[in-house]
Amino acid sequence: MSDTTSYLLQSVRPYGEGEPVDVRLVDGRVAEIGAGLTVGDSTAYDGRGGVLLPGLVDLHTHLREPGREDAETVETGTLAAALGGFTAVHAMANTDPVADTAGVVEQVWRLGRDAGHCDVAPVGAVTIGLAGEQMAELGTMADSAARVRVFSDDGHCVSDASLMRRALEYVKAFDGVIAQHAQEPRLTVGAQMNEGINSSLLGLTGWPAVAEEAIIARDCLLAAHVQSRLHVCHVSTAGSVELIRWAKGKGWDVTAEVTPHHLLLTDDLAGSYDPVFKVNPPLRTKVDVEALREGLADGTIDCVATDHAPHALEDKEAEWGAAAFGMTGLETALAVVAQTMVEPGRLTWRQVAQRLSEAPARIGRLEEHGRPIAVGEPANLCLVDPDARWTVDPAQSASRSRNTPFAGHELPTRVVATFLRGRPTVLDGRPA
Amino acid sequence: MKRHLLSAADLTLEDATLVLDTATELAQLTERATVKKLPTLRGRTVVNLFFEDSTRTRTSFELAAKRLSADVINFSAKGSSVSKGETLKDTALTLEAMGSDAVVVRHSWSGAPVNLSRFIRGSVINAGDGTHEHPTQALLDAYTMRQRLGRVEGLRVTIVGDILHSRVARSNVLLLSTLGADVTLVAPPTLLPTGVDAWPCAVSYDLDAVLPKSDVVMMLRVQRERMGAAYFPSTREYSRRYGLDVRRAQALSDDAIVMHPGPMVRGMEIAAEVADGLRSTIVDQVANGVSVRMAVLYLLLGGAEPAIGSDDVDAGGLR
Ligand SMILES: [Zn+2]
Repeated sequence: MSDTTSYLLQSVRPYGEGEPVDVRLVDGRVAEIGAGLTVGDSTAYDGRGGVLLPGLVDLHTHLREPGREDAETVETGTLAAALGGFTAVHAMANTDPVADTAGVVEQVWRLGRDAGHCDVAPVGAVTIGLAGEQMAELGTMADSAARVRVFSDDGHCVSDASLMRRALEYVKAFDGVIAQHAQEPRLTVGAQMNEGINSSLLGLTGWPAVAEEAIIARDCLLAAHVQSRLHVCHVSTAGSVELIRWAKGKGWDVTAEVTPHHLLLTDDLAGSYDPVFKVNPPLRTKVDVEALREGLADGTIDCVATDHAPHALEDKEAEWGAAAFGMTGLETALAVVAQTMVEPGRLTWRQVAQRLSEAPARIGRLEEHGRPIAVGEPANLCLVDPDARWTVDPAQSASRSRNTPFAGHELPTRVVATFLRGRPTVLDGRPA
Repeated sequence: MKRHLLSAADLTLEDATLVLDTATELAQLTERATVKKLPTLRGRTVVNLFFEDSTRTRTSFELAAKRLSADVINFSAKGSSVSKGETLKDTALTLEAMGSDAVVVRHSWSGAPVNLSRFIRGSVINAGDGTHEHPTQALLDAYTMRQRLGRVEGLRVTIVGDILHSRVARSNVLLLSTLGADVTLVAPPTLLPTGVDAWPCAVSYDLDAVLPKSDVVMMLRVQRERMGAAYFPSTREYSRRYGLDVRRAQALSDDAIVMHPGPMVRGMEIAAEVADGLRSTIVDQVANGVSVRMAVLYLLLGGAEPAIGSDDVDAGGLR
């Protein structure tokens, strides 16, 4: 799949560190790094001193294909991803049909390869039909062309403790990981938003923090018991951060992600009853937001994952209770991290590279992503203008859906270019 | 006043007092008149948009609008609008096309009137949304208290029952605190929402301790289905601990009144003898509902002709 085209990125700062250098990409790899490289046969691109990062990797993307092509397709979703600086996304399994067989995961993987905007690593369902009853053929999905390593019933929690234990054990045979959507179902019947002062006044059924934390505590203990790998999806509460910190302190193999929206927004927004702010797990309180930022800064939370969840207009233009859960996020993820973590000085760009590229690639076992920016490494890169500011306009999104909670927000930094195996997928902030 | 009445929190002390005063005057006017109709809202259209059945509330609004000579359209849209494939927005646009001046909306989802108000040029009046609010019920309750006890400020009001699922409780707590009453909620802990400690009221689990110190006791309906979801073990235990039976009612001070927004479950949260007793305002509440809703419609829509004839209520300036 290597491309014989050669690019010379002029005046870029890897990880935002040091003096600008030139980086040459040849045959899908980084061929040369240095000051004042000659252009030669390469196509030159002026990076204007921008920050060069390894291509971003999303562990949690809903591409909706097959089944809800009116909300998103692999083509539109991966284009949005590329524009957001991503070179790989993990496509969640809650499609129709569910990605619970080798056939479906291979279909999604091929659609991603054919679209060519970024690599698509399908996530396999843990249980058949996401029903939480019978384990899907995890090994067959692992052995398929899609080489599935991340398994999740996301949207649903694997709530049966015995089944969760078996799944954690079973995936050890092929170095898989169970990515848990931690939501105790009996504690969240009809839940609409964070349970607290706002839900009490708004008359919306509460989604209590304990429903997330109880599952995380249980799963950490299970993962320790069977000595397997657990990944916790979209951590949203201060208590969850504490539990994961505790589990990591024990040396257990537990990783966790946080979404950009949980790093920035609070449940005060539900007061508008505008379902664009309805998401699962729900937006929480200021205290939770602060704990999540702290957890991401100190490494308790390994990575940022978008939980990009596009929805057709009619599924969002409804009453709060009837509207779908979810927000888009691929094109705004890096900017939200810049605003909440980089600008306040809580993460350096090198740490951003760890949390948005290296860690998710490692958790998903993507060998060609999240690599150092060094000679010989795969040329999966993204170039960021750290001084840009832009206002989010849903109509400008490459996603087929418009349900961004950041509409009208002015955000810092902009992805200027994205390279997938040395070939630009985005140049000048536009599809290449 | 704001253009819409979506929450009791939309009403300032001045607004709420104006509604109650206007309701009093309208009630006197219609009582005196031989014809029970005022020309105030002639040519105006009020739509009753009920996504959830409620004959009593719909009838109350309909009577109120008709007594002000408004044209009334009853638009029944039972069930979720989404299940029919029509969004709330579609419905709103239809109502706009009909030229409605006010939409009275009852909906099973909390917040639906707020959503609707984004698409509607006229006024939206919340006639009960899910487990959120029912502001005109709170207004008629305050009106009834004033009628029976002469004031609202300083009254000790005890609200008993399923606070968690009650839109009446939410609106009452907000309105009564605006009007200066001291509200205490009494319920089993399972039927109080997480976060209630931030509400402008006190909370107790002990009805017997609160009753002697109450000027008003408002009993809320408790649905038997809540038992299935383990909010309490049995209706018998609920009645024993939180029901207003004859023995408990004797603990009330002589002037205290007993209210219920209806529909009642006699024998569950309130004994029949208490509901029908002299303290009970339950029949007054129904009658007062019409006067208060007339006042709300009048103040939000601003009649073409003065309804009351007093200069301080300037219809044109109330929009
Ligand atoms: Zn999820």
